[in-house]
Amino acid sequence: MDNTEKIKFVIDDKVCYAEPGQTILEAAKSNGVYIPSLCYIEGVKPPGSCRICNVRVNNRNLIACTTPVAEGMIIDNDIPELNELRKAIVEMLFVSGNHFCPGCEKSGNCELQALAYRFQMMVPRFPYEFPEKGVNATSKYIFHDRNRCIMCKRCIGKVMKDEKHVFAYNSRGGEHLHVVMDEELASQLTEEEATEAMDICPVGAILKKERGYYSPIGHRKYDKESIGSDIEKK
Amino acid sequence: MSKPVIATATLAGCFGCHMSLLDIDERILELIELVEFNKSPINDIKTFTKQCDIGLIEGGCSNSENIEVLKDFRKNCKILVSLGECAIMGGLPAMRNGIPIRECLEEAYITGPTVRMNTKKILPNDDELPMMLDKVYPCHEIVKIDYFLPGCPPTADLIWNALLALVTGDELKLPYEVVKFD
Amino acid sequence: MKEKVQNIVKKFHNDRSRLMDILLDIQKDFNCIPDEAASIVATLLNMSKVDVNQTISFYHFFSKEPVGTYAVYLNNSAVACMMGREEVARAFEEEVGTSFNSVTEDGLIGLWDTSDIGMNDQEPAAIINGIVFTNLTPTRVKEIVIGFREGKDISEMVDKYGDGQNSNELIRSMVNNNIRKKGPVLFSEYEVGMAIRNVANYSPEQTIEIIKNSNIRGRGGAGFPAGLKWEFCCKSGGEEIYLVCNADEGEPGTFKERVILTELPMLLFEGMIIAGYALNAKEGILYLRYEYKYIKDYLEDVLQQLRNLNLLGNNIAGKGGFNFDIRIQLGAGAYVCGEESGLIESMEGKRGEPRNRPPFPVQKGYKNMPTVINNVETLSSVVKIILNSPEWFKAMGTKESAGTKLLSISGDCKHPGIYEIEWGMTINEMLEMVGASSVQAVQVGGPSGVCIDPSQFARSISFEDLPTGGAMIVIGENRDLLKEFVMNYTDFFIEESCGSCGPCRSLTVILRNKLQKIMDGKGVKADIDELYEWGNYMKQVNRCGLGQTAANPILTTIENFRPLYDSLIKTDDDFVSTFNMEKAVADSCKYVGRVPKL
Ligand SMILES: Cc1cc2nc3c(=O)[nH]c(=O)nc-3n(C[C@H](O)[C@H](O)[C@H](O)COP(=O)(O)O)c2cc1C
Ligand code: SF4
Ligand code: SF4
Ligand code: SF4
Repeated sequence: MDNTEKIKFVIDDKVCYAEPGQTILEAAKSNGVYIPSLCYIEGVKPPGSCRICNVRVNNRNLIACTTPVAEGMIIDNDIPELNELRKAIVEMLFVSGNHFCPGCEKSGNCELQALAYRFQMMVPRFPYEFPEKGVNATSKYIFHDRNRCIMCKRCIGKVMKDEKHVFAYNSRGGEHLHVVMDEELASQLTEEEATEAMDICPVGAILKKERGYYSPIGHRKYDKESIGSDIEKK
Repeated sequence: MSKPVIATATLAGCFGCHMSLLDIDERILELIELVEFNKSPINDIKTFTKQCDIGLIEGGCSNSENIEVLKDFRKNCKILVSLGECAIMGGLPAMRNGIPIRECLEEAYITGPTVRMNTKKILPNDDELPMMLDKVYPCHEIVKIDYFLPGCPPTADLIWNALLALVTGDELKLPYEVVKFD
Repeated sequence: MKEKVQNIVKKFHNDRSRLMDILLDIQKDFNCIPDEAASIVATLLNMSKVDVNQTISFYHFFSKEPVGTYAVYLNNSAVACMMGREEVARAFEEEVGTSFNSVTEDGLIGLWDTSDIGMNDQEPAAIINGIVFTNLTPTRVKEIVIGFREGKDISEMVDKYGDGQNSNELIRSMVNNNIRKKGPVLFSEYEVGMAIRNVANYSPEQTIEIIKNSNIRGRGGAGFPAGLKWEFCCKSGGEEIYLVCNADEGEPGTFKERVILTELPMLLFEGMIIAGYALNAKEGILYLRYEYKYIKDYLEDVLQQLRNLNLLGNNIAGKGGFNFDIRIQLGAGAYVCGEESGLIESMEGKRGEPRNRPPFPVQKGYKNMPTVINNVETLSSVVKIILNSPEWFKAMGTKESAGTKLLSISGDCKHPGIYEIEWGMTINEMLEMVGASSVQAVQVGGPSGVCIDPSQFARSISFEDLPTGGAMIVIGENRDLLKEFVMNYTDFFIEESCGSCGPCRSLTVILRNKLQKIMDGKGVKADIDELYEWGNYMKQVNRCGLGQTAANPILTTIENFRPLYDSLIKTDDDFVSTFNMEKAVADSCKYVGRVPKL
């Protein structure tokens, strides 16, 4: 398909082309433009829950992971105002959980931390809450550590056993919502499925038992290069 | 012109941040040229002998003494810097924050796997000892903190770049690799 | 238990999308949803148990633990508190011997907080085993608790019935309508069935055209033109189209829907039937908030009457192919289910989490089919537009706000209740109408609306100026605006957020804590600015109207009552610590056995 059949749009002053039906996020990605995101993961309907991929079209904020790109769209993405907003969201996630990065198995490979690096978060602007949250270690291969869970819904959408959801939300609201693991189903996961689940989770909330700290400092995913740089290099 | 004066302290920390400061290698000579150290474990000066320009705080506040030292630093330093995760957010010591204080004390002094000699099951309660706080507090919840240098410990380069920027007034350089939380 | 649960699930054809109804029945039969029942449901519906629990735990009126043979749900919204809710709550706690949000040891009585129950004109009010008790006083509470202890049937404890149809034998409620002003649209006399017979002579397109020409805009808050919504839906080209009437009425301070449902259900259902015809929908669903369950039997009866009149069912009004029926879907306690896509999720048996848009409900709604969702008042008004004319309708109100509006007015005024006014009335006129003086502020449109100060009372109630879904709360000059309203409403949003969006979940709590800090006298100037700045993040990033407006109580009071905030700042310093040494060391000193040295 040549460009004449494609959707033409502009993001951060760059003229881009998209396949019909692509979301702004996907289309940007295939044009080498990184839009920061956390809850989006390929292969599932985007939950649109982290709100980090906020972009601006016609002075209106909308999220890139669920909005289809349209002909002639002019999109602001990498602008100070939006990056500040995104940074604030990252900071909220830090203070409303218990993120002790120095002791976390995911450190260096964690997408939340990587976004904090990208936005150069030195300290969250919000006060730390130190909420009480639990760990579920009942399953053979998986730890579920709610202290680090950012409730992004990736696992809810993607970790399945016999076509049933292994993870789900519980309760609602600012103070009670949490993610729970179905102990019965989780204990039936194979070792490979458990590893997959770990990789689905952007942070260190789902861990494969006995697989912590698998790559040495200096060789982890985000040690040398910022999240999104692989897309931007293309 | 006199050299800028630096003071440092460790509250509820592990001295790792101080180690990282020493990790700037041969640049330490340059640093000595640039600044003068006052109260600090590095030179073992125990009390402030003059008003300082920069105070570097390692560690969060876990007991009453930490609070006093921190307040003392705020009084005696123009600029206060939280150095490292513990100062910034409590760090690993703050992992006790969700746990009831009684459990922490019992684990530490009575039931913990490394407790050997405390056959009388005594919880230390001498009046001279610092009092333990209900949780570990980030320093900026106690006093105003001007700058934050994350890391566990902060990389030597980050500390170096930051000190240089503070002393010279130049803009702080933050290449991607220097800001890390672990 | 197994058999009972199996029968319930079977009654709803083992259909996952009817999970709400299944759970409602289980909750009714067992006075809770026992864990075992949740397991059985999960197995029968081929879902994981956490998935079933996901729905259960979302709704306030579902509980996995027994809620008490007598379960008291006492409204804790701002106006309830204004009217003496705290004294009533204390009386309950004293008489019952347990604190709120717990059950007595013997399991007899449970006391629970609950968000606004739509009774602001007769607060303090509570729902006890599904039955509403209004105008509660400590004395009345004593009698009620004695009744519990004597094992009385709850309906026996209703001592007198309210006005109008509230005394109907299918309702038998002590709730009052308090209709203070009848206007020309909703409360005018009309002949039942006439409008339906009229539209049967038009084509669906003509019907939509009439509604479009009337310029009627949605009465649920957002104000989207109803005719246009219908037209979009028809053009979406789905196999089936659904019509949903939104009777979730969860915005604290509004209660007009309750009165329409009680006094004018025929009018509402006729409106739904007309909309069904215009949309070529076969099924209409009334989503009724759980708090109004006490009206449900009566509404079912009205539907039956309509079927008997051949105004509902097949070949309506004798017109071949005009087939449409209505079912009532009960909610289970969640404000966010009033948001149209949250409502759809709830109707599909899931947690009422709003969807990302696009697609909009008119494109992909209930069961992924094009769906029109309209407010109770919107659909009721449609009937009168058909009976009269679009021109008649447009002649009332203002240029952009045609027709009349039902206001639910409560708070510090002599005559709280329902008023049908023409759009364009000013706040001053409204205050005079309800007998209010010495007014500090008016909360227009409920917590998600705006809080305005007297300098703005000349503004008019209209889409052009001060839009409102109908909740108008009058706040007298002696009220503590920040504590009694801003804080109460902020807590409400924290509780009612579905929690999915990071900012809506976290920032509401962060804002509340910061507001508390300021109210505790520990704030600095920058705190107010940050409150405002962070509150604005909420508007920009959240998925649905709840999150986008959850900071409005804070934002609009900072805008309109800034001196109130400034007066709480006690220092020129740029830093104040909230740390309290005495408190911080109390526990550890106690355990080790030493006297704190402060
Ligand atoms: C949090 C939230 C709660 C809402 N609650 C209601 C409600 O209880 N009743 C209602 O009619 N609309 C409510 N709405 C508005 C609906 O989403 C929708 O716009 C409305 O039902 C459409 O009907 P209308 O166009 O006739 O007004 C709510 C919106 C939000 C964001
Ligand atoms: S999950 Fe990520 S942000 Fe949280 S502690 Fe682990 S590495 Fe840090
Ligand atoms: S466990 Fe991981 S994937 Fe699941 S919601 Fe939490 S952070 Fe997201
Ligand atoms: S804005 Fe709030 S209520 Fe709305 S979808 Fe997001 S989290 Fe849920």
